[in-house]
Amino acid sequence: MESFDIHRGLVAPMDRANVDTDQIIPKQFLKSIRRTGFGDNLFDAWRYLDEGDIGKTQNERQFNPDFVLNAARYQGASVLLARDNFGCGSSREHAVWALMEYGFRCVIAPSFADIFFTNSANNGLLLIVLDPGAVDALFERVASPGFELTVDLPSQRVTADDGTSWLFDIDAERKQRLLSGLDDIGLTLACAPAIREFEAQHRRRAPWVFQP
Amino acid sequence: MGGRTLYDKIWESHLVGERADGMSLMYVDRHLLHEVTSPQAFEGLRLAGRAPWRVDANLATPDHNVPTVRDERVAGVDGIADEVARIQVQTLDANCRDFGIEEFGINDVRQGIVHVIGPEQGATLPGMTIVCGDSHTSTHGAFAALAQGIGTSEVEHVLATQCLAQRKSGNMRIVIDGALRPGVHAKDLILAVIRRIGTAGATGHVIEFTGPAVAELSMEGRMTVCNMAIEAGGRAGLVAVDDTTLDYVAGRPLSPSGDDWTAAAANWETLRSDPDAVFDREVRIDAATLSPQVSWGTSPELVVDIDEGVPDPGALDDPIKAEVASRALRYMGLEPGTPMTQIALDKVFIGSCTNARIEDLRIAAGIAEGRKVRVPQAMVVPGSGLVKRQAEEEGLDQVFIDAGFEWREPGCSMCLAMNADRLYPGERCASTSNRNFEGRQGHGGRTHLVSPATAAASAVAGYLADPREIAA
Repeated sequence: MESFDIHRGLVAPMDRANVDTDQIIPKQFLKSIRRTGFGDNLFDAWRYLDEGDIGKTQNERQFNPDFVLNAARYQGASVLLARDNFGCGSSREHAVWALMEYGFRCVIAPSFADIFFTNSANNGLLLIVLDPGAVDALFERVASPGFELTVDLPSQRVTADDGTSWLFDIDAERKQRLLSGLDDIGLTLACAPAIREFEAQHRRRAPWVFQP
Repeated sequence: MGGRTLYDKIWESHLVGERADGMSLMYVDRHLLHEVTSPQAFEGLRLAGRAPWRVDANLATPDHNVPTVRDERVAGVDGIADEVARIQVQTLDANCRDFGIEEFGINDVRQGIVHVIGPEQGATLPGMTIVCGDSHTSTHGAFAALAQGIGTSEVEHVLATQCLAQRKSGNMRIVIDGALRPGVHAKDLILAVIRRIGTAGATGHVIEFTGPAVAELSMEGRMTVCNMAIEAGGRAGLVAVDDTTLDYVAGRPLSPSGDDWTAAAANWETLRSDPDAVFDREVRIDAATLSPQVSWGTSPELVVDIDEGVPDPGALDDPIKAEVASRALRYMGLEPGTPMTQIALDKVFIGSCTNARIEDLRIAAGIAEGRKVRVPQAMVVPGSGLVKRQAEEEGLDQVFIDAGFEWREPGCSMCLAMNADRLYPGERCASTSNRNFEGRQGHGGRTHLVSPATAAASAVAGYLADPREIAA
């Protein structure tokens, strides 16, 4: 997993509530058995005028000039500013892979859907929850070209170049994992004896669970 | 201290302990796998040189990508015309073979949508913790099992450790008072819930559905309700165990029997919230006030009664909601004020993990019988090979075929249109599935979420239709 410490980057706005993971990465790309190759198809149905498919390269596509991420001023953006319930719907982790491969390291919104939240944490995509007022203020600021933010995970602070800053909350556990980029499975396997002991007790209490 | 909720009880009985970083480890009893979200997880296991922790906890089947047309299906995996889809299904077969995981292959009669076959096989049992790399895993909560959709990293984590690293969610109770009126079904009930609380209404919570109307529901109906708990943002949905649950579970291939059954049933009787349990949030809905529901927009919360009209975004106070509604109407090609029953359809889809069980097919067939489909295409896709077989034994297939429906092979099909079953740009569909997101059923397609009764009524009307009027 990619670790996260301090990141400074260009901010792009996605001014819609309830952006679902079907929009972030449409279903036809889920046929891939790989973990990579999704960045060019991020927001595919919004980003292009023609219908995308696996194997169709970007040169063959027609960009939608009205889609916000296609604007010249947002090229290279690495911080996505979003609205409520971002990442709702399907559990597809491909949505996180697509956002990260495109170049996003961080998404800021008033709220996120639960499964998307966990998937992001498992890949090192930092999700920052700010109150709706702060998000509104950021949407106003992002109207000025070249608006950048510095995201400081150790001090849990998002700062604009004029010095205005917003503090954010994050679980101590998730923060530590993001900072270290540690292997989640390795962390759990360190508890293997406890899992084995639990399993043995559970098997006695509820043997029907273990029927082949 | 107050009593414990059903969720509290299942959580506590599966809590292994705390990891070094403070996350709780929850033991996973059952892991369901399918072809779309598992290949990267198996690859991760291989790269790290890890083996599955408990092979017999896993059960796999291909469902998302499989063709539902008989001619393509009979040739098995090698017959899948779409090469990329074929490779994905072959990859699942190979992974299951390599790791010794039981798989119901593409033409095994037990194959089907994972959330249909789990309960059908007794792989889903009360009190279990169940996970699957699919958000609609919430379906299994109908059995008082804590069932959660997970991402691919977690699929790998569960394969390797038999645990999920989690924090406990909040407790939410949705009480459904009264009784559903004739023609109004479980699907209408859950759509009405999502309409009320919104798609983020239960974020961070496990929802327990309770009350007289839930107690009256069949297991199929409860599965429909819990299936869409995720559409309300819930981490899981739950219904307490009662006789309806036990009757359904008894005698399934993986259900306990004999003395084991007696012990299990006694244990399962405790799977209900204590009378003094404390919930963080509570919502009450009166089932008797509900009409058949139909979605008009591109989110499952954008729903009206079938006898209402398309809402006017201009009438909304909240500017963000008004913008969402306007955008949805543009995408859906609808004008405010149009009666829903005057909206003509191109396709009707009866299927998906929400509504492709035997009861759903019986209800739809009851309306289709003796009538003719008046939409260009209507299809029925059973949820599993066993549902299909049972429907055929009951003669439902012939009822559908005589009415002009296509009778397909089991799979996820047009719910998410990963295979060839799909909407084309601008096409409008009444669908018994769970998501009306932009492009969900095909690029540019327009989805109206409805119950199987409303779908069948709409198919024979050619327009969105009120099943109470057709049935009369």
